[in-house]
Amino acid sequence: MITKQSARRTSATAKRVLQQLGHDRRSVALMLVVPAVLLILFKYVYTGNAALFDQIGPQLLGIFPFIIMFLVTSVTMVRERTSGTLERLLTTPLARGELIGGYAFAFGSTALLQSVVTTAVALGPLSMKVNSVWVIAVFAIVDALLGTALGLLMSAFARTEFQAVQFMPAIVLPQLLLCGLLNPRPEMAAVLRWISNVLPLSYVTDAFTRARTVQGLDAQMWRDLAILAGCLILALGLASTTLRRRTP
Amino acid sequence: MNKPDYAIRIRDLVVVRGRKLVLDELSTTIGAGSVTGLLGPSGCGKTTLIRCIAGIQLVKSGTVEVLGEPAGVATLRRRVAYVTQASSVYPDLTVVQNLEYFAALMDRSASDVVTALDQVGLTACRTDLTGNLSGGQRTRVSLAAALLSEPELFLLDEPTVGLDPVLRRDLWKLFGDLAAAGHTLLVSSHVMDEAARCERVLLLREGRLIADDTPDGLRRQSGQDDLEQAFLTLAERAGHTEEPNAVQERQAS
Repeated sequence: MITKQSARRTSATAKRVLQQLGHDRRSVALMLVVPAVLLILFKYVYTGNAALFDQIGPQLLGIFPFIIMFLVTSVTMVRERTSGTLERLLTTPLARGELIGGYAFAFGSTALLQSVVTTAVALGPLSMKVNSVWVIAVFAIVDALLGTALGLLMSAFARTEFQAVQFMPAIVLPQLLLCGLLNPRPEMAAVLRWISNVLPLSYVTDAFTRARTVQGLDAQMWRDLAILAGCLILALGLASTTLRRRTP
Repeated sequence: MNKPDYAIRIRDLVVVRGRKLVLDELSTTIGAGSVTGLLGPSGCGKTTLIRCIAGIQLVKSGTVEVLGEPAGVATLRRRVAYVTQASSVYPDLTVVQNLEYFAALMDRSASDVVTALDQVGLTACRTDLTGNLSGGQRTRVSLAAALLSEPELFLLDEPTVGLDPVLRRDLWKLFGDLAAAGHTLLVSSHVMDEAARCERVLLLREGRLIADDTPDGLRRQSGQDDLEQAFLTLAERAGHTEEPNAVQERQAS
């Protein structure tokens, strides 16, 4: 049930997270600029092989929001857990769903902004070809939210911010290797392909690959979207069970 | 809702953390509209007891009733404010941003923020980044976040640590004013001279309540004028009735 108070608490949480980001200008600059710079770098690394950049360029548009939101959320949430603010929040009327909703909204909108910057650079100066820009936006938001959800979940397993950062290579790099960015998934060994089938980033990559050639959303992209939404709900559900009011 | 004459009633509370017995069959009742001091050395279980009353501690057995309801139920979250020992506010927000956030969570207005800032004497640093404040100032931001929700019960874990004597006096005056206005306060401290400012004092040692009396009562019981000495005398007496290592032995069995 969404009441007026519930909406106020959720939006206050989103505003608070964005205010915290606002006081950290350097992080904001890094979040907005680094993906675009990396994309430019990729473009020139593949100068002699334009076809390859055409293939992996759109895939990168899907991978950046996921990685960055995972990192930002897990560190912020570990901070919240270790500083005692989470404990305090859980003694107020703020519900767990409202807390998670606030985080998702704040980081989701940040991801959208980042995606706009990166996509503008990709489609403009880098003359990348995609058919429907709105499809890129939809998938960028969904996979940024997925990064946020996994970050929330993994923060429960880190005692320090240092440990949270270590989860980035542990959780994200295997997905990066197997998602089809380095080698198309159908060409992988069977076992690796099976593993890649259960990793959410694979479906992000699949969808961004098709966004290059397909107009709008086709059946397969709807399927990808459904799978990602399922992963998102699962991760958020699991994350909310790690926010316990009573602790030893 | 029927209004009980007590704010907190605890019966046979046992808390075990890991293999350590933290609270050992503790029972007490705290009246409404009073300032009660929770005193004892570091590690005696003060914070754990407060967490039990706040309803965020897993307990082994016993009951904790707060304002007529079991501790930790959702309806109490508007009526009880818990201020942790570490200032649990956001260092990367300004003072007023912190308070506006907590005001929104507790369904309070901007004018409540102004009042709370004034009560803790932080109006001058309202736009400062909380992380740049001194430790004592941060504690007061944390306290202000509790004040603005106007709870019936305040649980304050060592709110005066690291404050200069003038500020400590001002805060204790504020606590007295709040109690006079009908609020109930449970204030922990490990500084015995703060016990003198409370209407009642709970002395906690190794998870057991060794005294539960008015400051004058403690002086009478122990035959000591100085409360620090009174605590030592009472702690020694408690030690005679039960050997210090008996707690560990009983948990092992």
